[in-house]
Amino acid sequence: MSDMDEMDDGSGIIKKFMFLNRKAPHGTVYALEGLEVVLITAAFDQDVSLVFTDDGVFQLMKGIDTKGIEVKDFSKTYRALEGYDIEKLYVDQASMDARGLTEDDLIVDVTVLSVDEMANLMAEQDVVISF
Amino acid sequence: MLHIVNKSAAERSSLESCLRMATKGSAVLLIEDAVYAATNGNAAAAKIQAAAADLKIYALGPDLAARGMAGRVLDGVNVVDYGGFVDLVAEHSNCQSWL
Amino acid sequence: MPMVNIAGKEVEVDEEGYLVDLSQWNEDIAKYMAVEEKVDLTDSHWEVVNFLREYYAEYQIAPAVRVLTKAIGKKLGPEKGNNKYLYELFPYGPAKQACKIAGLPKPTGCI
Repeated sequence: MSDMDEMDDGSGIIKKFMFLNRKAPHGTVYALEGLEVVLITAAFDQDVSLVFTDDGVFQLMKGIDTKGIEVKDFSKTYRALEGYDIEKLYVDQASMDARGLTEDDLIVDVTVLSVDEMANLMAEQDVVISF
Repeated sequence: MLHIVNKSAAERSSLESCLRMATKGSAVLLIEDAVYAATNGNAAAAKIQAAAADLKIYALGPDLAARGMAGRVLDGVNVVDYGGFVDLVAEHSNCQSWL
Repeated sequence: MPMVNIAGKEVEVDEEGYLVDLSQWNEDIAKYMAVEEKVDLTDSHWEVVNFLREYYAEYQIAPAVRVLTKAIGKKLGPEKGNNKYLYELFPYGPAKQACKIAGLPKPTGCI
């Protein structure tokens, strides 16, 4: 890796951050809190990967309607991430399979990774933050 | 008896514990993250379907909708709204929440 | 939380003056918030306020300034999608002031 890859116009070092989301939305506050942290982190111009495994893949479901439980529908906010220059979204194939889901069921474009690919992606991070 | 489960079967053992203890003819109501177990393609679906032979299985509609799961409910699972939730509690002499 | 009377209607605001229930928003509330923020609302201001309301309806968040600037540039043209233009309209911060006038919560990550 050259110096240019590591430095953003010399103002700071860019680290690889992974936000690992493993919880379903609504049942706990983890999914929403995690999303807010990601949006705030976007201001620091780091190399962010957003990963969804286990029940976390449910966060990205299409067709969510939260009127009945009177909470905010933050599934729409995942579609704003592109505007925040967060474009690396990954889901775990096995987690999708165990829930009968395919990419077509999800509200945003994602890259589906095998367990090995996911493990390698995690291993190469500087920081992993888990929700 | 009415059994209520609110945790995802992929995260906690509460659904499994509930199904082990629920006697024939009892009702099981799935709410919050427990509703995922009652949807097509979920790893817990087989357990729910097997249990439905002896138990009445219900899932809370607003929680299904809030999770994008309204159109994926397993056959044999009864979807109820909040009014139906209240009716279930009133109809049964006792109730256990598997927290 | 404090209540304020705006054009004969009781409206709840938070401790920084942001509207609590954004479904209550109307133009009277926008004008009231603008006076509070010492902003004279022109068509150019309304353009940004309405843009923010559309953004919120689509994504359920108020955008960070950087994101707002970029998105305005895309929608309304590069002459408007820059900090200079937006700060001239909303001197104390476009995200903060325009969001308040638009009835939105304070943007996430805005201190």
